[in-house]
Amino acid sequence: MLKSKQAPARLTPIKPGTWAYTAKRLKESWPWYLMMLPALIYLIIFEYGPMYGLLMAFQRYSPTKGILGSKWVGLKHFIRFLKYPFFGKMIRNTLNITLLSLCTFPCSIIFALFLNEITQTKFKKFAQMISYMPHFLSEVVVVSLVLLLLDLHHGPVNNMIEAFGGERYYFMGDPEIFPTIYVLQGLWQGLGWGAILYISALSAVPTEQIEAARIDGASRFQVMWHINLPTILPTIMITFIMRIGSLLSLGYTKLLLFQNPLNHEVIQTISMYVYQTGLGGGGDFSYATAIGLFNSVINLTLLLTFNWLSKKLTEVSLF
Amino acid sequence: MSNNTLVKKKKKHGMWHGTTPGDKVFLCIVYGTIILICLACIYPLYLTIIASVSEPNDVFNGKVNILPSGFTLEAYTHVFQNQRIWMGYGNSLFYTIVGTMFNLFLTIPTAYALSKKRMYGRSFLTTLFLITMYFGGGLIPTYILFRNMGLIDTRWILIINGGMSVYNIVVTRTYFQNNIPETLFEAARIDGAGEFLVFFKLVLPLSAPIIAVMTLYYAVGHWGSWFSASIYTFDPDLQPLQLVLRGILLKSEDMTDLTDPELLAEAQRQARRALVMKYSVVFIASAPMLIAYPFVQKHFVKGVMVGSLKG
Repeated sequence: MLKSKQAPARLTPIKPGTWAYTAKRLKESWPWYLMMLPALIYLIIFEYGPMYGLLMAFQRYSPTKGILGSKWVGLKHFIRFLKYPFFGKMIRNTLNITLLSLCTFPCSIIFALFLNEITQTKFKKFAQMISYMPHFLSEVVVVSLVLLLLDLHHGPVNNMIEAFGGERYYFMGDPEIFPTIYVLQGLWQGLGWGAILYISALSAVPTEQIEAARIDGASRFQVMWHINLPTILPTIMITFIMRIGSLLSLGYTKLLLFQNPLNHEVIQTISMYVYQTGLGGGGDFSYATAIGLFNSVINLTLLLTFNWLSKKLTEVSLF
Repeated sequence: MSNNTLVKKKKKHGMWHGTTPGDKVFLCIVYGTIILICLACIYPLYLTIIASVSEPNDVFNGKVNILPSGFTLEAYTHVFQNQRIWMGYGNSLFYTIVGTMFNLFLTIPTAYALSKKRMYGRSFLTTLFLITMYFGGGLIPTYILFRNMGLIDTRWILIINGGMSVYNIVVTRTYFQNNIPETLFEAARIDGAGEFLVFFKLVLPLSAPIIAVMTLYYAVGHWGSWFSASIYTFDPDLQPLQLVLRGILLKSEDMTDLTDPELLAEAQRQARRALVMKYSVVFIASAPMLIAYPFVQKHFVKGVMVGSLKG
């Protein structure tokens, strides 16, 4: 109210686009600049600083000479990486896990839709609390839990298998099923938490519409399928774009914790390779940086492509 | 708001009232699925608790799966005698408290500034922040930067690294945009209050919920982090709890394959204790979170909801 009366009166004498206007706006804005100054300094040093460091991907980087003094080698490291015999294998390993994990994408949606059907508030709250909890456990604890549960000699899973007459199985020693184990632990940790977005989107479903449908004889399932699901479709789309866009970016910290001599072959992904060549004994900074840059450019391209596609097809997009 | 409608609906219809057989089957599937999911979520933690206080022999022989067997706190006494765990606990507390304070110092004022539509260059500055969400220097250049700054193997690197999350800034900014009415600022401005006064006296008291959410997000992140410590610090005295745990839980070797019968007996006794100790260590590591969780849970959820609104 006040704004509409006062602001134009103050602003009309100075036209936008003039120096005087800019100066006035700057004068008004300086407290806000000051507030964000620490974060801006941090951003430039610790976020943009490493981006400058990416230049070493095109150099034979020597720590003593620094980026300004090191020799430029062009795309040598990138070509070396593309010719690396395990290049294809690493991409396949990554996709193996991320595509399998994409199959679990509907789980959180189903969980949210089902939770929405529950009318006892207390039970609903309780179920939400229990299902969000795994999200807050640390990586080390989650991986330890997986190993303890699947332990060959003492783990409950094998105890059960034996109790039902089966034979104990060394799950962590079988590289074939490692992707499944990895995806399942991810699902376990993220199922409930991933549902929050959908649960909050579901609160936007108009109750009158549901009641009208119920009076017309729609079953609960039909209401869920034809009213609730379409309401949260934009949310689903956004989450899906994110997932597709990150198909080739698989975190490696959890993989590092799962690493054992037997699964080495299947957990070798691009980001693991960056870690190994750069820090895990390799020490080849330039080559590792080149691989990392290659990986993040691909990831960004994927994300932008799917964002664009989604904008075209469904008018839903991240940015 | 939604609570009220739910309660009303319940009173009006009741759960089973007016439902067809098809609806009943559907509801059974719904309840069954949710109960199963809850059981699956709780079981590993339940097992951790019962196994950590059960008789080591029984845990070792696979008898503790659903119910505890015997009761002993032996494992916990052993774990508490371990100096490295105490040290890790202390370090993690330090990193979590100081780190979170640093995070908030960078996040809250920035988010407020970026929420000001009248700030000159707002969209440019916002973009400057947003870019880093999708593209960054990556592992090696960051490592080299820290090394060149002489921060490797100091406490401070674990505070500085991950000093802010742009995603959290965006969430906080959205909160400010949607929850503090513009008329309030206008009133303050007419009263002649400066921007800093407005921020400290008006905005901060009104943003307790989002500060709580951010504190929790950052604190959980610090508490669970282990990777930065593993690459940036070498001094064992600087290790956070998670790194100590990794040493105990994931790197210890299985000793049951020894062939010498004398060694085997001793090794088995140790292995039995080690197994139960693993469970107790997992519990101790998660205990602070598990204790706080029921009280702060609703704040976390609120944070996700705020973040889901695009600003």
